[in-house]
Amino acid sequence: MRILAALLIALSLGGLALPVLAGPPDVPKGAGEKCLADAATMRRNHMSMLMHRRDATMHQGVRASTNGLKACLDCHAVNDGAGQPVGIDSDKHFCRVCHDYAAVKVDCFECHASKPAAKKAAEAPAEAEPMAPPEAAQESGAATPPKPEGPK
Amino acid sequence: MSDCMSSRRDLLKAAGAATLLAPGVFLLAAPTPSKARPEDTATDSSVRWGLLVDTNRCDQECTACVTACKEEMGLTGHGRPATDAQYIRKVEIAEPKTGFTRSLPVMCQHCSSPPCVDVCPTGASFKRADGIVLVDRHVCIGCRYCMMACPYKARSFVHETTTDQLPNNPRGKGCVEACTLCAHRVDAGIVPACVEACHSKGRGAMLFGDLLNPEHAITQVVAQHPTSQIRADLKTDPGVRYHGI
Amino acid sequence: MAHMPDLVFKELNAKGTAFRVLFVALAGLFLIGLGAAFYMEHSGHWVTGMTNQVVWGMPHVFAVFLIVAASGALNVASISSVFGKSVYKPAAPLSALLALALLAGGLAVLVLDLGRPDRLIVAMTHFNFKSIFAANIILYTGFFAIVLVYLWFMMDRKLKYKSSGPGTFAFIWRLVLTTGTGSIFGFLVAREAYSSAVMAPLFIAMSLAFGTAIFILVLLAVCVIDKRPLGDVLTERLRVLLAVFVATTAYLALVQHVTAAYWAGRVDVVSFILLNGGVYTFLFWGVQMGLGTIFPLALTLVPRLRSHATLAFASVLVVLGGLAQVYVIIIGGQAWPLTLFPGYEVESSFFDGVVQSYSPSFPEILLGIGGFALALLIVAFGMAILRFLPTSLADADIDPHAKKRLLETEEAGEPA
Repeated sequence: MRILAALLIALSLGGLALPVLAGPPDVPKGAGEKCLADAATMRRNHMSMLMHRRDATMHQGVRASTNGLKACLDCHAVNDGAGQPVGIDSDKHFCRVCHDYAAVKVDCFECHASKPAAKKAAEAPAEAEPMAPPEAAQESGAATPPKPEGPK
Repeated sequence: MSDCMSSRRDLLKAAGAATLLAPGVFLLAAPTPSKARPEDTATDSSVRWGLLVDTNRCDQECTACVTACKEEMGLTGHGRPATDAQYIRKVEIAEPKTGFTRSLPVMCQHCSSPPCVDVCPTGASFKRADGIVLVDRHVCIGCRYCMMACPYKARSFVHETTTDQLPNNPRGKGCVEACTLCAHRVDAGIVPACVEACHSKGRGAMLFGDLLNPEHAITQVVAQHPTSQIRADLKTDPGVRYHGI
Repeated sequence: MAHMPDLVFKELNAKGTAFRVLFVALAGLFLIGLGAAFYMEHSGHWVTGMTNQVVWGMPHVFAVFLIVAASGALNVASISSVFGKSVYKPAAPLSALLALALLAGGLAVLVLDLGRPDRLIVAMTHFNFKSIFAANIILYTGFFAIVLVYLWFMMDRKLKYKSSGPGTFAFIWRLVLTTGTGSIFGFLVAREAYSSAVMAPLFIAMSLAFGTAIFILVLLAVCVIDKRPLGDVLTERLRVLLAVFVATTAYLALVQHVTAAYWAGRVDVVSFILLNGGVYTFLFWGVQMGLGTIFPLALTLVPRLRSHATLAFASVLVVLGGLAQVYVIIIGGQAWPLTLFPGYEVESSFFDGVVQSYSPSFPEILLGIGGFALALLIVAFGMAILRFLPTSLADADIDPHAKKRLLETEEAGEPA
């Protein structure tokens, strides 16, 4: 019984002591001017905001660009030494800094990208004029079904 | 970025209806405009997105749509054809008695009565108000019953841990996935990647649009030319139609 | 009705060597199955034989077999409570326990094979009521609840004379449950090998055959391990039942193919299974029909062969034939390609139009065996802590008529 109690105390001390010794996490600053809400609200409610947003996007196609996961990553991405944003595999990742400290495991990034979208340099719009099919001229034979006037 | 986006949208709006080039051939011209929908509003059932594939025009050698899809959706594959995901594939069909052949892309047919949605135990498979059939992978438990039920073999199961997903297409191990009709692009007013590639790199055999909008080229073509649905006998009422088979 | 002889129900002797060895062996197999499931989940399903073509594999063969057998195992209890055959009554609690255990084993395999088994809670909280799968989730959990209540009625001294009510409800529920399991396949309109109304009655017949076979094996094993006398009255009846159920299953399996063959569009898939399907044809004729039907029928119906040993052997064959049958239904049905373009030959990079290949991997098989082990582990544990079976199933103890006959012969013998 005494051994058990000692074990429990040791365990709980150990569990408490480690993060306390390490101190609160040094949360990286976001890029934008201000977040969607004050820090306390974001800390407490970011998960339900994301969840609400998630279902609206998934089921209704609501894609307002300000409050989704992508927007979080755009502002809060942490760059590595080479100036590239780090992924969730790095313990410097914005989400991980807090989640590691709080020992809360999330599985968002098993599916979602954990870095902001790579900026495509040459994102040229599609060709303006539609391509004419090469066989357009001769393809009027019996092979194709006869067709009435084309639509206007 | 936003400039580029809006200019593209204008361009797509400008591109118009199908035009008749020669008797028997209609040009499935240009990506059609999406209905401009403000970013923060929900889809509704006043639109039904659909695709039309002109198999007379689709080139057997061309796989531009497939390549574009893989690039857009971040489907890198692992060199294991039996388990690698395919959202869109080129199918070669040949009638043995007559020798008639066609080549055509097959993807999720975005049925209005989708068997995958019927069988899904959790409701992860669902149909959006605008007719796009999707898998909510937050709710998918990976039972694969939808893959058993789909008449079109349109769905894939993610067989391994995935990394480096694209922001546009979150995907991960243990869930089922399929063509989303590029919902992320459609919501932004851009045509699906396969359709864009078909016009920029292929022969322009695909037409995208709103099947309920009489001004859209697809609606006009479907109204005036014979088109068919794959497995029409099952009455799933696909949003993808084919011409020439 | 004759007065039932007094029976003494007793726990298994959990201190016996045979019991302990068996328990440890089963626990080991179960743990190996868990390990296999963890390996598959951790690596992803590409390490299994399952693909985007054959999406349900060996785990589903075992799971469906166990789930189907579960409802059939309840049969002995149903016969006593619903149909009033008192000879079966002493074995009824064991039959209900076995039904629960088999269902638990089958569901464990099914759940551990999910792509996201961690989301089981999602499956329990999100229901799409149009899905036969969702209906089955309700049927399975309902089965647990109803059979537990039924067991309580059977095992409570005061309530046991009222157990026919819960027994009848459980009987109806189990018929609906197997209809639901069969409909998982029967409702798949796009798959030529499945979509058929025969699936529901076929699955009910299969459940009766597989469940009875497993019940016989468990009963014989328990009586040997725990040295409990077992007379011929009960086993004789089970022998005839097994024969009837096996024959019914084979008949409906033939009906399934004959009705499909009548339909021009399905001739190809029927001849694939019955004539030129390679492993599936072999499993159908060799294992399902030969080893699992004809052979056990001979063993159970030829009078000269009657013995507990041949009954056990016949039951093992029925289980093997049943696994083959489920394999042919599930894997064979998926091996046959979907027809997207009737009348055309098709070709693609996504295996359109070709017979799909599937080779079961070790982890899948180990997971399936783990499900069997879990079911038997539950039976062993249940019997070790609660009184499920009488100390004797000798004819004189369970059959009032046999007892009477015995007394008469003794009396007649005394003067001589």
